[in-house]
Amino acid sequence: MGEEKKYNRRDFLATGARFSLAFGVLGLAGIAAQNSRAGGTVWQIDPFKCTQCGRCATDCVLSESAVKCVHAYDLCGYCDLCGGYFKPGVTDLNTGAENQLCPTAAIERKFIEEPYFEYIINEELCIGCGKCVKGCTSFGNGSLHLQIRHDLCDNCNECAIARVCPSDAIRRVQANDPYLIKGDFTASEKTTWTNKI
Amino acid sequence: MSQQTDQKGNWIFFPLKTNDTRTSSITIIQLVVVLISLCLFLVISGSSFGQQQRFPKPEFETGYTQPSPTTPEPRADFMAWVDVSVLVLVMALAAWFVIKKRSRKGILWLSIFSLAYFGFYREGCVCSVGSIQNIALTLFDSAYAISIPIILFFVLPLIFSLFFGRVFCAAACPLGMIQDLVIIKPISIPVWLRKSLGFLPYIYLGLAVLLAATGSEFIICRYDPFVGIFRRSAEFSMIVLGIAFLLMGLFVARPYCRFLCPYGVLLGWTSRFSKYHMSITPAKCIQCKLCQDSCPFDAIDRPSEQLKPEQKTENKKRFTIYALLIPVWIFIGGFAMSQAHGFLSKAHPDVYMAEMLIKHPELKNDKNNIDIQTFLASEKTMDQLVTEAKLVQTKYYTGSWIFGGFLGLVIGIMLMNQFVTRRRDSFEPNRVGCYSCGRCMKNCPVKK
Repeated sequence: MGEEKKYNRRDFLATGARFSLAFGVLGLAGIAAQNSRAGGTVWQIDPFKCTQCGRCATDCVLSESAVKCVHAYDLCGYCDLCGGYFKPGVTDLNTGAENQLCPTAAIERKFIEEPYFEYIINEELCIGCGKCVKGCTSFGNGSLHLQIRHDLCDNCNECAIARVCPSDAIRRVQANDPYLIKGDFTASEKTTWTNKI
Repeated sequence: MSQQTDQKGNWIFFPLKTNDTRTSSITIIQLVVVLISLCLFLVISGSSFGQQQRFPKPEFETGYTQPSPTTPEPRADFMAWVDVSVLVLVMALAAWFVIKKRSRKGILWLSIFSLAYFGFYREGCVCSVGSIQNIALTLFDSAYAISIPIILFFVLPLIFSLFFGRVFCAAACPLGMIQDLVIIKPISIPVWLRKSLGFLPYIYLGLAVLLAATGSEFIICRYDPFVGIFRRSAEFSMIVLGIAFLLMGLFVARPYCRFLCPYGVLLGWTSRFSKYHMSITPAKCIQCKLCQDSCPFDAIDRPSEQLKPEQKTENKKRFTIYALLIPVWIFIGGFAMSQAHGFLSKAHPDVYMAEMLIKHPELKNDKNNIDIQTFLASEKTMDQLVTEAKLVQTKYYTGSWIFGGFLGLVIGIMLMNQFVTRRRDSFEPNRVGCYSCGRCMKNCPVKK
């Protein structure tokens, strides 16, 4: 052994520390891996828990919220007097801006046949405030509901809206089945993911 | 509630009063529909879920086809593996540039790439710094499932650091890179200030783990000063904080990395015992001190002064005393922090709500408080909330003992380390603080 390659006590301690640290790091990873599942997760709103508080529009980290109103047409009654479209107490059932509940006029009302009307959400305009959802669930079938749109969502580590959601309606769902559209699932399904952060 | 019903009642009867231009038969249909709906509404009022259809789906006669809601897909799962591969590639290249190739330029280009990829393209998420919280949460809450790529984001930089030093900080971390690129005129910070501020990351790490493990919140992500810049959208206050950090970073190099970053603590521990760390000079150091001026992070250790034998024994004595004092520090830290567990536990929403309602019951009448009104309208009772809050608080009690004990241990070791003397014949990078950025290599006049 040459003069420079002397293996002293300090080297011994360093090697020991290196191996213990490696052991610790890999051990942590191993324990964490016990809880791992194949595939990633994304955030989604449970429409049956949502209370339409309006925070989805204001608390998303994106300046344009990733939450939009989604229309489950299967559940829609196609009413002329739509609780999601008209303000309570309107005098005329027409598309006048003064009659519309939506602050951005994001719902398009289209006549189909007497006496039915189709309502389409213009996602470009929708801000996810949930006013129409409240109207629809209170007076109608509840076919309008809020969902996180995954073409917009950044999938933050901790969803800023989930943190402030008063009804714990936002939880992680599996990324390969990322929507909770009303009519498509029953409340008992898709509850395997924790709704905590 | 009665007010609401009135409003609903008025509203539902409304079509009768409208001057509709359509035929009267339709008005009759409307009337029937409205009456039926009113009956239904009275039956199911309260539970406002649309499980039962108040208005049955019509049968269309004009051949109308119903659209279906669109469901844009999230980012594909395999892309997470692309991120992991990019991370490995960047760190491997950084290790090669800094240890084998000794190229500062290579590191610079890599850091620009990482800033673009992990910063602006991936918008700061997923990142190794934040992954600490995912790991902490999954260790304490088995219901929280974690994905393998996130585990890898946590583990890989540490493993690389055990071999090659903090190459993750050198070229992969977007938070580090955005600060590294704005270093214009770094000033040297006095040792006492550097050491005291250097304690902050330990507090941040401990707090982040405590809050994540109890399922309260992810503070590292929430108070990440640069993620708003990467997303080009954030709360105003966070944008201000990010810009403030960058402005400070013009003179105090990489302030977040040095005085806050919780992941840096772990990287420091692993890098300290790294197998192949970069060296400043490829051959023998000529002690020109050029490297010391080139390091913006004050992470270069000078050659040690020759100590007198009596000073050596004195140091050894003090080292032993301080080593024996460590358990005392741990106890003091743990005890002090456990006294604060009630305050800390307010970070959990259940505890916060329960305490607020107990202390200020009059808030129950505050119609504008969405959280309280939603809670009161929910099925959860006050007793349930208090029980849950108490359970969280017991977790916080244990957690804050560990957190405080950890801080005590760090203080004890920091004090003890003052008396460790290590002989150095040349200028060497401080393995804990060195980010392996390679600036010193560039300035070293010694060539192979």
